Amino acid sequence: MQGKFWFSDLTTSGIIAIVLLIAGSTTVTASDQPSAANAVVKIDNFVFGPQTLTVPVGTTVTWTNKDDIPHTTVSTDGIFKSKVMDPDEEFSYKFTKSGTYSYYCSVHPKMTGKIVVQ
Amino acid sequence: MHNTKLDLIDQKLQDLSDDGIDRRGFLKCMAWAGTGLVWTMSGGIPISRAFAKTSDRNAGKGADFTFVQISDSHIGFNKPANPDVTATLQTAINKINAMPQKPDFIIHTGDLSQLSKPSEFDTLDQLVKGASAKQVYFVPGEHDMLTDNGEQYLQRYGKGTKGTGWYSFDHKGVHFVGLVNVANLKAGGMGSLGHEQLEWFEDDLKGRSSSTPIVLFAHIPLWTIYPEWGWGTDDSEQALSYVKRFGSVTVLNGHIHQIMQKVEGKVSFHTAMSTAFPQPAPGSAPSAGPMKVPADQLQRVLGITDVNYLVSGRSLAVVDAPLGESDPTSPGSGGSTGGK
Repeated sequence: MQGKFWFSDLTTSGIIAIVLLIAGSTTVTASDQPSAANAVVKIDNFVFGPQTLTVPVGTTVTWTNKDDIPHTTVSTDGIFKSKVMDPDEEFSYKFTKSGTYSYYCSVHPKMTGKIVVQ
Repeated sequence: MHNTKLDLIDQKLQDLSDDGIDRRGFLKCMAWAGTGLVWTMSGGIPISRAFAKTSDRNAGKGADFTFVQISDSHIGFNKPANPDVTATLQTAINKINAMPQKPDFIIHTGDLSQLSKPSEFDTLDQLVKGASAKQVYFVPGEHDMLTDNGEQYLQRYGKGTKGTGWYSFDHKGVHFVGLVNVANLKAGGMGSLGHEQLEWFEDDLKGRSSSTPIVLFAHIPLWTIYPEWGWGTDDSEQALSYVKRFGSVTVLNGHIHQIMQKVEGKVSFHTAMSTAFPQPAPGSAPSAGPMKVPADQLQRVLGITDVNYLVSGRSLAVVDAPLGESDPTSPGSGGSTGGK
C-alpha cells in the first residue's frame, strides 16, 4: 500500500512539473511578441519630436534628421550614442529594459529629449 | 523679424557715444545690405563711426597692422541656402587678397567643415593656402569635432596648443588668445570652456601689463546673445572676469552667421558673418537653421571681418565686409549671383 501510494505521488508531481515547464515557455514566447514594435522620433527645427516618447520594453526607436544641419542623439548616461546624422540620415536603438532615458544632441546641447520605457 | 534684430542691436549699442551718425539707419544698412562698421577704441573709450563703402580702400592705411577674421566656412554643406560654399569661401579669400594693406594674418573662428571629414578639411586648406596672408590661426567649431572628439582637428590645426586646442600668442604688442568652447558640451547647456581651460587662461594673463591690448577669439559667442538657441557660453563670465583689469579687450566670435556687436565697459564683442550661409536673427525663426535668401542676395549676407590695429594710438577698427559689396576689382560682386 505504501509503495503504491509513493508511486502515485511521484507521478502526480511529475505531471505538475511538466505543466509548469509548458507554462514557462509559453510566457517567454508571449513577452517576445512586442519586440517587433517600432517608434519614431523626428528631428525638425532643432527639436526632438516628440520630446518625451513612452514605449513598451523591446521597442526600437528610430531618430530621423529632417534638418539641413547635422545632429546627434547621445544618451546623457552614455547608454547609446549615434554617429553624426546628416540630413535624412537615421539612428536606431532597441530599448530592452524599462526606465527613463534622457538624451541630447551633442552638437546642439540645448536640444534634449526623453524615452520612457515601460 | 528685422525689427527684433534691430532692437537688439540698438539696445546693445545704446552706450556708445554719439557721433552724429543716424545709427539706426546705418545699422539697418549694415545688417541687411551689408555695409561695414568701423569702431575705434581710444584710451579705453569705444567710439563707433559709420564706414562708407568708398573708404574701404583706405581702411587699413596708417594702421600698425591689420588682420582678417573669417568664420563658419562649413565646407561640405550643400543645401539650398548655399549649394556652393567652396565658391563663397574663395570669394572671401579673393576679398582678402584685394585688401590695400596685406593683413599680417588670418583668424578663422571655427566651423571650417560641415562634418569633420578629411576631404572637407583638405578643401579648406587648399583654399586658405591661396590667401595673401600665410599665417592662419584657427579655433574649432562644433562641426570640426563631430566624429572623433576633435582628434583630427587637433592633428591638423592644433600643433602646439593645449587641451582641446586653446593657445595664445603675441603680435606687435597685442596679446591674442584662442579659446575652445565647443568641446564636451553638456545636455541642456550652451558653449563651455571648462575648468582646465579657465585655469590656463587666468594663468596666461598673469604678469601681463594692464595696458596690453587683448584679443580673445572663440567659435561660440563669449556673451549671451540668445540662450534659447544656445548662443552663448555657460562659463564665459568667469573668463571675462580675468580680463577686467585690461584697458582694451576685443572679443571675436562666429557661430551665429551674422554681425552682432556689444560694448561693455572696456570690452568690445563682435561676431562675424559666415562665408557659407546666413542664419536668422535671434528668435525671428522657429530655429537657428540656415536662412535661405534669394541667390542674388547671398553675397550680401556673407563676408569677412578685417581688423586694423593702431597700437600707437591705442585704437582698433573692426570692418565687416560682405562678399557682395560693390568693388570694381572683384568681378561678380555687387548684386551678382552667388559666384557659381
